[in-house]
Amino acid sequence: MGKVGIIGVGQSRFVRAYPGSVRELAFEAYREAMADAKMTPRDIDATVICSAPEYDKQRSPAGVIAEYLGLNPQPTFYAETLCSSGSTGLKLAYALVKSGLHQAVLVLGFQIMSQISSEESQERMGRGADIQWESPFGTMMPAYYAMHAQAHMAKYGTTPEDLARVRVKSALYGQFNDKAMIRKPATLEQFQDPEHFFSGPVATPLRGGDCCANADGSSCLIVASETVARSFSDKPVWILGLGAASAPVNMAGRDNLTGLAVAEQAGRQAYDMAGIGPERVDVAEVHDCFTIAEIMAYENLGFAKPGEGPALIGAKETYKEGRIPVNVDGGLLSKGHPIGATGGSQFRTIVLQLRGEAGEMQVPNPAIGLVHNIGGVGLYGNVAILGRE
Amino acid sequence: MAKKEMDTRFAKFGTVSFTGISQVNDFIDHLEQGKLMGTRCTASGRVYFPPRAHCFESMSSDMEWFEVTGSGKLVSFSTLKYAPTGFKEDLPYTIALLDFGDCKVFGRIDPAVPETELAVGMEMRAIPAKTANGQLTYVFEKA
Repeated sequence: MGKVGIIGVGQSRFVRAYPGSVRELAFEAYREAMADAKMTPRDIDATVICSAPEYDKQRSPAGVIAEYLGLNPQPTFYAETLCSSGSTGLKLAYALVKSGLHQAVLVLGFQIMSQISSEESQERMGRGADIQWESPFGTMMPAYYAMHAQAHMAKYGTTPEDLARVRVKSALYGQFNDKAMIRKPATLEQFQDPEHFFSGPVATPLRGGDCCANADGSSCLIVASETVARSFSDKPVWILGLGAASAPVNMAGRDNLTGLAVAEQAGRQAYDMAGIGPERVDVAEVHDCFTIAEIMAYENLGFAKPGEGPALIGAKETYKEGRIPVNVDGGLLSKGHPIGATGGSQFRTIVLQLRGEAGEMQVPNPAIGLVHNIGGVGLYGNVAILGRE
Repeated sequence: MAKKEMDTRFAKFGTVSFTGISQVNDFIDHLEQGKLMGTRCTASGRVYFPPRAHCFESMSSDMEWFEVTGSGKLVSFSTLKYAPTGFKEDLPYTIALLDFGDCKVFGRIDPAVPETELAVGMEMRAIPAKTANGQLTYVFEKA
């Protein structure tokens, strides 16, 4: 069996409110990925459409989007694992290609979140948790992650300032990403300034600056067999390792709240499949929906020992010049988090990095990249390892 | 044909319940009688909280109720300053997880306990209670 590669990447700008419909938003990322891969619709054998349902009125979006992209009559499938839908779609595309069923599969993730209020969106997102036993208490995503932050602080002495450092790094790189929604620099002082929204409590101990923002956006990846990849691309990026895991939805089913078991398990699988360890990773994209999530990702992926995530960013080791650059595209915190589009955007960044096309965000000559994409509060976890020739 | 009556007891659970029908609806009656209960599989002995109607170990549906008693350790907590739709009137409130050893229980801290008195690891009890809007719930109090 040959390798499976990614030969085209595209992303819309992530924005607060996209002036158009879901299919039109999808087209923006699609056009860019197709131009990148130099493909036409007849070169695509199948599509996997990824989003979280209920943010817009369209039911079963796969069919509508496939038609709008000009990809009828090829088969289309719909993938959903909340915020990790995009990387789940990528894994399905890999399986479709690796099995020989299809040669070139297009993965398109999207979300329009601006059509509902922030409270409504919190309620919908909260219903991605346990609606029978937890939602009746009034839960929401920031509060679940806040419980993880509280547990991390109690066990390891992590401080609010450690968390704020993640935002400061994110904001530094968000400035260079022309697809990012938030492109302003940030400082630790802003977390102390009562006038600044960064300092306002959301769900203790998390503050405004610790949370990513809803966004509208789309992303697109073209996954191909080795033969097709080589015929279309001079710089295919190969999928070397894939891991995926699930965990109990209710916090009552978790062993601890200081990390995400799915990330650790998916990471281990991906490292094993790629035959490498974390020390070989040159650049990583992790799911920083909240600042604490990035700290936990460092530890769950083996970039730092448990409890030593804060020291890793404290020493700037996850900056572009550091030992393991993480989220040098601004991450979810700066790009915004259009649920279904996020995973694809992370893959796009790593592909551009490995091709040496990341512009001002480029780390020097990376050979191995990693993507960590989490659905819900560690309900689903996907980790992928990519490499160039 | 007469309309079959639905058992929607679970709709009484929490400030806003998102579930009406469940095969563990007796949980609601127990709560009404002042008991927080989980289920135990009579075949495998496996203990479940939240309660379940089926055991994935033995595949049995033969479950018995047990009461969550004594105190549990506070695993973590967070006080919400914003709330999802339907919970604004409750703000601010604190969600939390207690570890009883055999099982863990997710819920809310008693509003009478100030957040400044909470610390991870402290012992707390789960007490059946009513929400501000008169629904059934349970709260965590200092042990």
